[in-house]
Amino acid sequence: MNKPIFEARDVSVTFNVGRGRNKSQVHALKRVSLDVNEGEIAGLVGESGSGKSTLARVAVGLQKQNSGELFYAGHSLPKVRTLEDRRKMQMIFQDPYSSLDPRMSVKQAIFELLDTHNVLPKEKRLDRCKELISLVKLPESLLDSRPYAMSGGQRQRVAIARALSLNPQFLIADEAVSALDVSVQASIINLLSDLRDSLKLSILFISHDLSIVRLLCDRVNVINLGEIVESSPTLSLFDNPQHAYTRQLISAVPKLDAIVRDAN
Amino acid sequence: MIPMNSGASTRKVLEVEGLQIVARIAGHDYIAIDNISFSVAQGRARGLVGESGSGKSLTLRAIMGLLPANVRVTSGAIKFQGQDLLAEGGKYRKSVLGTGISMVFQEPSVALNPVMKIGKQITDSLMQHSDLNRKQARERAIDLMDQVGIREANKRVDDFPFQLSGGMKQRVMIAAALACGPELILCDEPTTALDVTIQAQIIELFKKLRSELKVSLLYVTHDIGVVAELCDAISVMYSGRIVEQADDISKVFSHPHHPYTKALLSAIPRIDGPIQRLKGLDNTGPSLTQRSQELAPPMTNVEPGWQIAPFEFADLDDLWSASSHE
Repeated sequence: MNKPIFEARDVSVTFNVGRGRNKSQVHALKRVSLDVNEGEIAGLVGESGSGKSTLARVAVGLQKQNSGELFYAGHSLPKVRTLEDRRKMQMIFQDPYSSLDPRMSVKQAIFELLDTHNVLPKEKRLDRCKELISLVKLPESLLDSRPYAMSGGQRQRVAIARALSLNPQFLIADEAVSALDVSVQASIINLLSDLRDSLKLSILFISHDLSIVRLLCDRVNVINLGEIVESSPTLSLFDNPQHAYTRQLISAVPKLDAIVRDAN
Repeated sequence: MIPMNSGASTRKVLEVEGLQIVARIAGHDYIAIDNISFSVAQGRARGLVGESGSGKSLTLRAIMGLLPANVRVTSGAIKFQGQDLLAEGGKYRKSVLGTGISMVFQEPSVALNPVMKIGKQITDSLMQHSDLNRKQARERAIDLMDQVGIREANKRVDDFPFQLSGGMKQRVMIAAALACGPELILCDEPTTALDVTIQAQIIELFKKLRSELKVSLLYVTHDIGVVAELCDAISVMYSGRIVEQADDISKVFSHPHHPYTKALLSAIPRIDGPIQRLKGLDNTGPSLTQRSQELAPPMTNVEPGWQIAPFEFADLDDLWSASSHE
């Protein structure tokens, strides 16, 4: 189980900002290395501007790295991805309100992806849709709905169904539950955890919320100012944080008092 | 937790009594907030907690008089220091807004004027209410910025909002809210847009203001962790009603009575305690137009200072069964 499905090796990304005299460079990622093992949910936590989303974009090929290399199942990923490369890893975004096309029904949104990659004959597409929609625990009746008629939680489930439609082995969830209400957030977390078990998925779960990461991830990478400062198994990271920044992050999370016992 | 100011300060700064708010949508009236009552005692902080659409922000806006045009208060009273804010077309409210009551918003980058120096924004309300000259106002702005922990305030006072980080902008908002020495600050998710480490600093700042200036807070948020750190009283809202509230927050946290409070507490991932599967629900209550239009039944006392709403609502049962397949 411990074979890495995704590896980043010494990835650096530099952005040029300003012009003329104000020209300068921002080092968004500085020689970042990170592994996601098969069947594992790896967490990536950091604050805004730490580079966590840049790393996600580099991983799926939306952003080119200045140096460093990416591997998928041991094979180096080219800077220009083929359709086949893109099928292997899919991304779930933060805001299902903007990541789904408002004019497309659920069915059309999934068809679009299946057709682009030409993976299924036309007559089998609808069956696949039904399969996917039940995988994310939505009723089939929703297949013809458009995003405006759905709740935030339902939309995020659709986004997950869409990401799963090409049978990827590796998902990247970039703040996938941050825009949701707590109760809905909990059900999406449970869904991701179930999907990992049933589909043997590997997930890179990017979040600023340490409590969620603690609950969901097997391993946690802490990123600060473009550098991974700590990478440990979840339990040891929270019980015995090594880096000062990790300790600072953990102590900043508001805690329900000791008087709070299990709500049930 | 902040030690309770013993006995002396049970004076109520804010009292909301039987508030009902109605929204007019496509020619029909819908009850958005029904029969909610709560109070904030001097120097205390009450957390108003709920998910999207529960009506927590609407309640805050009703107090401020910032309701949208199609929404109106139909019954109930909102009293500040014993006087009704709604009486005489809000005449009294006008005189206390800014001076007695002020507000801190969620997005400092939206709430601040991008083309006005922050010093001027902080003292804007002060200039309205007093006859300070410009130099004095500037001095006062620097004082206030010091108070909320902005370093080198005498230089920063001439900065524009874009030159500050999110946390600093929120401090500027708080300084502006403090300018006229209010007794009550209404907070609408003031830390939601901030990073955790910055959020922790802002919570510390609010704690400091409470103990040093004895300001009262009504703190609207969906983040129960923040409420646990900062507030001593809590009201939990669901679908336009308060389902459970207590003057002592720890009681609700350790023995929640209402099923929705229980659901909410068991849906929160914890940074401490055992790692266990959360209980998720898949929606946050019926939308406004689909809610029952029956009037809310009165709340019952669990004990003095702790009330719950009767909970035979069918919609809550639906929520539970919707989550049970997981």
